Amino acid sequence: MSKIRVLIAKPGLDGHDRGAKVVARSLRDAGYEVIYTGLRQTPEAIVATAVQEDVDAIGLSILSGAHNTVFPRIIELLKEKGASDIVVFGGGVIPETDIPGLIDAGVAHIFTPGTPTEEVVKFLAEKVTPKNRA
Amino acid sequence: MNEFCNKVFSGDVRASARLMRLVDDRAEGYEEYMKEVWKHTGRAHIIGITGAPGAGKSTMTDKLIAKYRSMGKTVGVVAIDPTSPFSGGAILGDRIRMANHATDEGVFIRSVGTRGHLGGLSVSTMDIVAVMDAMGKDVVIIETVGVGQDEVEIAMVADTCIVVTVPGLGDDIQAIKAGIFEIADIFIVNKADREGVERTVKDLEMMLEMVHQRTGWDVQVLKTVASRDEGIDKVVEAIASHAEFFDKNIKAGRMEDRLLHVSYGVVREKIVKEIFKEEEIRALLKSGLDPYTAVEKLWEKRK
Repeated sequence: MSKIRVLIAKPGLDGHDRGAKVVARSLRDAGYEVIYTGLRQTPEAIVATAVQEDVDAIGLSILSGAHNTVFPRIIELLKEKGASDIVVFGGGVIPETDIPGLIDAGVAHIFTPGTPTEEVVKFLAEKVTPKNRA
Repeated sequence: MNEFCNKVFSGDVRASARLMRLVDDRAEGYEEYMKEVWKHTGRAHIIGITGAPGAGKSTMTDKLIAKYRSMGKTVGVVAIDPTSPFSGGAILGDRIRMANHATDEGVFIRSVGTRGHLGGLSVSTMDIVAVMDAMGKDVVIIETVGVGQDEVEIAMVADTCIVVTVPGLGDDIQAIKAGIFEIADIFIVNKADREGVERTVKDLEMMLEMVHQRTGWDVQVLKTVASRDEGIDKVVEAIASHAEFFDKNIKAGRMEDRLLHVSYGVVREKIVKEIFKEEEIRALLKSGLDPYTAVEKLWEKRK
């Protein structure tokens, strides 16, 4: 009875969480357990939460333009905690030109505005197997 | 295996989080770990927080965490939210109100979906609490799903059971008097800045006079405005005096009952797993059998 667990988090200072909520709901409807932490999360808080909740993936919604600092910082912190196996993906307002750099930094995928939610579900189904082994 | 368990007993976050995952998934072999874990339990004080949806359970939990941390105690939290019966998925959002404690290493919060279990908890709740206890948390808080009348399993799992309600729901109090009314060690009327708070407190106190107290504990009714941190000190005091009463008068018997309750759950899971083969039952039902005969056939096949 293993279930994929995903943390949906909203780092940074902007207050627009509609996108994050829409993704959270579609993942729930696809049978995932979504841990939703709300607005204005620091990278440190996101990583601590991901480890405590033993999630398989972290989805970050960023509309504030801070993506080039937030994503690499989270990936670095995951490494520090020995939790690099957690898949990091993101979405929001992120210019196409920034995406290759983020992928290089270790982000698995960036979803641009207008992506159907089914694509996020499909991505996770392909990318993630639940970690029920000690 | 011992190495993994020792990590848990030393409070290692990653190992403990993974063990909770194994337990929640009922992953193969999780029982072997739990055999070790249950030997290391019985030290933490376990607080259950229950009540109707929107009564303020998460906010109350958040404030209690802060108080216990200021007293130097480490805290574990199991926050339970409902699993969708249709998709099997869940949105676990209790952490939103506990965000202040996300990076505090003395606090471990775990969100859990009910995964089809009734009673306000998940099947795994007791085991997850046991892991937190074995990790060395001083206090473990269980926040149930928003409950109505009958979700009383928390009374078995928790040492101190807190029922949170809000003013103005006269009918609500009528409704809870049978089920969760009887399990409260402490009643909290939250959002006490609202109209009707005195009336609600009176109603509760009157009803308490009519309820036979099984344990001899004098149930307290307290007022709080959790969002403004008002009245929380009194709650912590009440929990402390109940904890003292519990340790002296209830604990020994309750521990035995609790282990029995866990055992019952394990037996039920084992039997369902062994007998309830969905495909086989579907085939038998399709062949025209009634459910009783179908189960009888499977039961006999087992022998």
